[in-house]
Amino acid sequence: MPPPLESAQNPQALKRVVIEPLTRVEGHGKVTLLQDEHQNIKQARLHITEFRGFEKFIQGRPYWELPVLVQRLCGICPVSHHLAAAKATDMIVGARELTPTADKIRRLMHFGQTLQSHALHFFHLCSPDLLFGFDDDIRHRNIVGVIEDHPEIAKQGVLLRKYGQEVIRITSGKRIHGTGAIPGGINKSLTKREVAYLQKDITQIIGWAQDSVALVKKIFFEHYEYHLAFASIESNMMSMVSPNGAFELYDGGLRARDPRGESIFDHAPYDQYGQYIREGIKNWSYMKFPFITSIGQEHGWYRVGPLARVNNCDYFTTPLAEIERKEFMAMGQGTPVQSTLAYHWARLIELLHCTEAIAELLNDRDLHGTDLLNKGELQNSGTGVIEAPRGTLFHHYEIDEQGIVEKASLIVSTTNNNQAMNESIRRVSNQYLDGNTLTEALLNQVEVAIRAYDPCLSCATHAIGKMPMQINLLNENNELVDRLEKRANGLIDRTL
Amino acid sequence: MQDSNKNDQAAPILIFTYGNPSRGDDALGPAMFDLLDKHQQETHELDRVELLTDFQLQIEHALDLQGRKSVLFVDASVSCTEPFEHNKLHAKRDDSFTTHAMSPSAILAVYKQINHHEPPPAFLLTIRAYRFGLGQDMGEQAKVNLNKAFHYVLNQCLTAPEPHN
Repeated sequence: MPPPLESAQNPQALKRVVIEPLTRVEGHGKVTLLQDEHQNIKQARLHITEFRGFEKFIQGRPYWELPVLVQRLCGICPVSHHLAAAKATDMIVGARELTPTADKIRRLMHFGQTLQSHALHFFHLCSPDLLFGFDDDIRHRNIVGVIEDHPEIAKQGVLLRKYGQEVIRITSGKRIHGTGAIPGGINKSLTKREVAYLQKDITQIIGWAQDSVALVKKIFFEHYEYHLAFASIESNMMSMVSPNGAFELYDGGLRARDPRGESIFDHAPYDQYGQYIREGIKNWSYMKFPFITSIGQEHGWYRVGPLARVNNCDYFTTPLAEIERKEFMAMGQGTPVQSTLAYHWARLIELLHCTEAIAELLNDRDLHGTDLLNKGELQNSGTGVIEAPRGTLFHHYEIDEQGIVEKASLIVSTTNNNQAMNESIRRVSNQYLDGNTLTEALLNQVEVAIRAYDPCLSCATHAIGKMPMQINLLNENNELVDRLEKRANGLIDRTL
Repeated sequence: MQDSNKNDQAAPILIFTYGNPSRGDDALGPAMFDLLDKHQQETHELDRVELLTDFQLQIEHALDLQGRKSVLFVDASVSCTEPFEHNKLHAKRDDSFTTHAMSPSAILAVYKQINHHEPPPAFLLTIRAYRFGLGQDMGEQAKVNLNKAFHYVLNQCLTAPEPHN
């Protein structure tokens, strides 16, 4: 692991650099960098104003409302919250297992959700500097050349996303605010006409997904060493896996591995996640820092999401994604792939898997079943965990004897990646902040490092007014010595 | 997939509202949807209009613009003048492209990018908003602004899609 830079010994004697990316929906993030007298980075911190209103929003509501209610938490991945809450309420109503129809329709919905979320990255490949960044004109020209050979990326990205949305609409019953998953099961199965509608395009969708993986690989290998090293950190990885170790997004045990790929825990029951991970607090951040309990806060932080999932699973159940996984894992030469930019590659392998899995499910007669609900003895608490597009998502609820929620605890994917994002920013800052003059390259590379994690700050933070990204450089006396501002139109001004 | 998205049967006018109904005044967009939907149910005066709503705008919404004669986006805003503003939009790839929530102008730019021709005439109605807390109700002043905007949409936009201020 890189040397710890989070806490400098004499912070009062350091220069301070502040980077503030703000948008209305995604919340408020701020990067503070402190230099010493030799202009080396001694501190790098990503400040995120964590939203503390989840519990208050949920408490006092009846448990059966949860799967619908929690969709209001986040406009970016409402289906993830919908399914996590549904799983928690399954436990509350004593439904230890779902009927095959309910299980498969929920999985189909989740594959659709992950597909539409990841498709945005395919679309963004038409502007690859957003994802991969460039620090010189030659790299930029080379990658632009790759993209010019694929003029249909944008359209395919849009249509892939639309297809995922259609899967969600049909499985949840509505375009938004769907009610498909309910405590103990689902409220409707699929008609043959609905399945035929989705089957009509799935072959094309799989083809585009294959193209997306080929393209992201081509970009990655265009400057392999650079992409491998950019913002690269060594971290533990945590994800869900199926009982036989296969890639899993919806239901399974928790697996954590260290940077060498050695097991930390495996097939841990997710309803006991509190025994395996804890949430740390730091006095400089409002956002919590989850860590693996057995390792401790200093070294127990981990990454979640596509990079962790593809690294952690033993195999994909679908053939095309499994071929891609093997090629991806070869990059690690027997250990987990740690490149932060490999998140984009892993994300599109997952997209391919989702399209294959959707195709398989659409041939399953259980989608038309009539046995939709299971129930048992009412419990006073429930835990639901799923692999959301951005990583592991935890929901835990406790109810009173009237069925009213007394306590709600959520750990969202972006919070799980909190420390890892800090570490990646430190790595980039050390590379790109030179002297006491802020550069556009630094601003861009910090953005690229953060974007690799695809953070969803809207459900991790307060929503604050739309503002430009700003970098401030302050000296050891808190005097402003430089400032760069990125405006909404993309122009960057020095505004000191 | 491409054929199914040509949207040959699209209503000529699209009103697309957006916002989170549970985030205080951010509910202004969805509330406008509800008012217009109710009006249509009661009067059938909006047969030429399709109403759509979502939490926020994303790239796939460019497909909803296909086959339209005119598009009106409706959103809450903390920076527009009271009670609302109505402005013509132009396709523009701005910074919202990099976020999870795009601007209407960026949606028009995506439309142009994937269709290789100009999008239909599009307008943005922004209703003045004040607070966006999760779980908050819509504020009283925001409701006043919404009511004025609703009548403006009914009386002006649907008969004359050009902006009036």
